[in-house]
Amino acid sequence: MAELLSPEAWGKVWTYRGTFLMGFGNTLETAIFGLLLALALGIVFGLMATSGKKPLMAVARVYVEFFQNTPIVLQMCFLYYVLAFSGAKVSIILTGIVSLGIYTGAYMAEVVRAGIQAVPKGQFEAAASQGFGYVETMYYIIFPQSLKIILPPMVNQAVNLFKNTSCLYIVGGADLISLTYSFVTGATTGGAYAPAYLVCGALFFVVCFPLSTLASTWENNLKRRDRRSAAIVKQLETEVA
Amino acid sequence: MIDWQASFSILAKEGVAVYILRGVAFSLVISVCAVVVSLLIGSVLALLRNYCSGPSRVFKWIATAYIELFRNTPLLFWIFICLVFCPVPGFFTHRMLGLTSVEVRVLFRAFVALVLFESSIMAEIIRGGLNSVAAGQFEAGHSQGFSTVQILRYIVLPQAYRAVVPTLLSQVISTIKDSSYLANVAVIELMSRVRQILATSNMYNGAGAQLVSDVFVLFGIAFIIYFVINFALSCAVRSLQHPRPRRTARPAQTAQTAQ
Repeated sequence: MAELLSPEAWGKVWTYRGTFLMGFGNTLETAIFGLLLALALGIVFGLMATSGKKPLMAVARVYVEFFQNTPIVLQMCFLYYVLAFSGAKVSIILTGIVSLGIYTGAYMAEVVRAGIQAVPKGQFEAAASQGFGYVETMYYIIFPQSLKIILPPMVNQAVNLFKNTSCLYIVGGADLISLTYSFVTGATTGGAYAPAYLVCGALFFVVCFPLSTLASTWENNLKRRDRRSAAIVKQLETEVA
Repeated sequence: MIDWQASFSILAKEGVAVYILRGVAFSLVISVCAVVVSLLIGSVLALLRNYCSGPSRVFKWIATAYIELFRNTPLLFWIFICLVFCPVPGFFTHRMLGLTSVEVRVLFRAFVALVLFESSIMAEIIRGGLNSVAAGQFEAGHSQGFSTVQILRYIVLPQAYRAVVPTLLSQVISTIKDSSYLANVAVIELMSRVRQILATSNMYNGAGAQLVSDVFVLFGIAFIIYFVINFALSCAVRSLQHPRPRRTARPAQTAQTAQ
């Protein structure tokens, strides 16, 4: 802990600031592309889960259950070793993007499913009675209503995805955590534990804290508004009665 | 590259199955202990964050800072930090449970990191339960002469815990999954043991080289074990969230429908 105040240790971190920036960049890159993949998968499987067609629902169920119930570390390791052992040239970042994307996609699919199912059934029936097709119903009627339910948990999942980039360490990653660890244990750079971890933690916190705070205040506001409107409906009902 | 027979023969090798099963046991014990300890710490944090006001609001700030700090940084980060900075009590510097003294020390430190991390999440879950208890319950308690501590103990906490049982159970699933992060620093639990065997699979499979099918077989076993445990838990969560309709309607419900 003493090196927390030692200018030497801080100087070392400053000299190697490129390492931290590179790690942060890699983490950000993995997270952003992983998030895009997760969103795509989440929407596809979420729609499949609410399609009402048995085989599609079964496929979505299997996807969600399998990836939600096994650790991301294992999934990423599996993907990496299968590629490495079969002699393919493996990009660590790409492995991370794919496995994190698929893993988070399972959570996104559940979020999308819950969002769509929260829209009252009558809305689907009303849309059908007006001659809307599936795509039109989803795009014009269901999606706008479920968006506010979907977005807060999605932001939370994005935060989790960002934190989970640390899994890359096990496959010899180039992310922020891995580079920080090799910095503090490196032969020429080693020693400056406290400042290095402080910088690394701060970088994670700076990204995750605003996002998770946004998600929770958003969710609370929605809950409060729902409660208020429920109370108003109740009052109106008693007045009418 | 693919020789299923050779790969499956790894599992039949003496000691391999036991080695993996011990890993499963460690995974489960680590997770259960982490859940229990972090539930306790998390409850305290949640109460501090929710109900400390007035002169004691410094505790509220501390709890809030703790929760936000650990919630917004990765678990692996805390594992690495604890490996360096966490002190180990003398009791955990001996060999035990078939682990060397070095492994026990690493296990203790990684366990501390896991508990620190999970307790921030537990705190938020319990806070959700506390917030779901109507404010009127406090007023009712006070009007009956209960002190705040008594209200919490007898009225609010029982309701709060009951409300979050499903969420807590799904956090158990997350903890079991998170325990695999320990594979980054030590060979103790399931994930790391499977990886350890895979690293020297050429010694076990009789083919003299590492095969792609080894990855499928060994990691497949790990996938199945994790899946069976967690899927059973998630089925429990679902049945708690959507209980089957009771055959006899409760009186309160009948009264409502009669209106």
